[in-house]
Amino acid sequence: MKARALLGVLFALLLIAPAAIGAYPLAVLILILHYAYLGIAWNVMMGFAGILSLGHALYVGLGAYVAAALYASFGLPALLGAVPAAVVATLAGLGIGALGFRFRVNGVYFALLTIAFAEFTRILFDHMGWTGGSSGFFLPVEHGHTNLIALRGPPILFYYVALGMTAAAFVASHALMRTRLGYAWLAIREDADSAAASGVDVFRARMAAVAVSSALTSLGGVFYAFYYNNMYPEQIFSMARSIEIILAPIIGGLGTLFGPVLGSFVLTLLGEGTTSLLEHFGLAAPGAKQVIYGLALLVIVMVRPAGLWPWLARRLGVGRDG
Amino acid sequence: MADVLLAARGLSKSFRGLKAVNDVSFVVNKGEVLALIGPNGAGKTTCFNLLAGAMPPDHGAVILEGRDITGFRADQACRAGIGRTFQVVKPFAGLSVLDNVAVGALNAAKHVGEAKERARAVLDLLDLGHKVDEPASSLTLPDRKRLEVARALATGPKLLLLDEVMAGLRPTECDRLVEILAGLNRRDGLTILLIEHVMRAVMKLAQRIVVLHHGEKIAEGAPEAVVRDPAVLDCYLGEAEL
Repeated sequence: MKARALLGVLFALLLIAPAAIGAYPLAVLILILHYAYLGIAWNVMMGFAGILSLGHALYVGLGAYVAAALYASFGLPALLGAVPAAVVATLAGLGIGALGFRFRVNGVYFALLTIAFAEFTRILFDHMGWTGGSSGFFLPVEHGHTNLIALRGPPILFYYVALGMTAAAFVASHALMRTRLGYAWLAIREDADSAAASGVDVFRARMAAVAVSSALTSLGGVFYAFYYNNMYPEQIFSMARSIEIILAPIIGGLGTLFGPVLGSFVLTLLGEGTTSLLEHFGLAAPGAKQVIYGLALLVIVMVRPAGLWPWLARRLGVGRDG
Repeated sequence: MADVLLAARGLSKSFRGLKAVNDVSFVVNKGEVLALIGPNGAGKTTCFNLLAGAMPPDHGAVILEGRDITGFRADQACRAGIGRTFQVVKPFAGLSVLDNVAVGALNAAKHVGEAKERARAVLDLLDLGHKVDEPASSLTLPDRKRLEVARALATGPKLLLLDEVMAGLRPTECDRLVEILAGLNRRDGLTILLIEHVMRAVMKLAQRIVVLHHGEKIAEGAPEAVVRDPAVLDCYLGEAEL
């Protein structure tokens, strides 16, 4: 109950926040919500089902490119384009999953496979003419009108879309963990042999985790495309993005529902704070954010290996995964 | 002649040329407790793995209630009605005791709520009812052994395979578990196949014994007869318990 009340307060604060803050803090909040959302999506695979993916940029990129290309070529609104985007990303995920799980490529070896596919795809898009190749793909920037269905409008529109996506993903993963499938995932994460001996079809449950995670992640990609209006293969499919996606849930707490959200707040504020501080002193240090992220990860892994949220939840006296 | 629940027919399995199980056949009748014994390395656990679908046999067949389940995966074997424990216990360490058993119970339950109820009932039966909310990782070895039995039992098996669940238990704990299992067998007619080194438990529980040695069946019969069988005594020579 207490956990729900706290979540309610946080959500209410985020709902009214845009009225009280300026353009820059709003942009930071959008970034926080975006990474919280991607963290929740990734957490379904790693945190719940115990499948390590270090190539989630693949699904972000596929979602972004498919929805953006459909909009640019056929005028398909973003919310409709999200469907084929999710389908393409899910098929890619299922392909990698089938390959990995069928041939018993597990753990770090599976992670290497996910990196490989993200990299292949990056190189493919770098050389694919009709999406602009390595010089990027751009959406026309339209000022002055707001259209939710097409995801065209001012930053505040994107803020509420990001908030809605994050809240929906949170509620959905909460609900999933109380189903047969959710239990199957946790069992597989803890011990795949025991899970199988308990009647869990390990292959199917793993494939389901990949499908849910890749579909959710691709929707984050659709958001990315329409928010930034530009995408470059070397950025959107990059290893660095895959790493950035997984930092928030690791720092917040793997396998917890609220961990990715908390982790994203902490990390993004740390990163943006450092950048602003350096700018304030007239220093330009490219890569400072990455250094801060690395340090934060180091500290967490040494001091709170289970992540911030389990520790904070105990402090607050709320359920471990509330 | 009693009804046959499970028939192992000519099971063989080799690992890199080593015949772990060689042409082993036996039946488990409905409602009986059958013990599978033999010295270390006799192929007992491999035999279990073949029955429970953890690995496919090279040759032979596994028939459950007249249905050929040879080559079933572990989850398929479980759904077909074979519940098993692991010799080296494999609890879901990060989950609560209740959730551990609920995973097993979901095999037989329609939804999560029902599975939790079932899990509670099974845990009560195994004297773990007061530990439902503890993480499985905090349990002692004897409790983990019982948890392993509870998880297998919760799947609602027709045949329960127990792999050395008595090992590491103190005599009183062992007697208690024997009592619980004997109760399940008598009251609910649960059929049990157990691998066991603790002869005190075997002699109390088993109605028949199959003896494996070097992957081959060397004896089979009533407990009293089997432990006097010269071939059995020979393979156990030097081991104190027989």
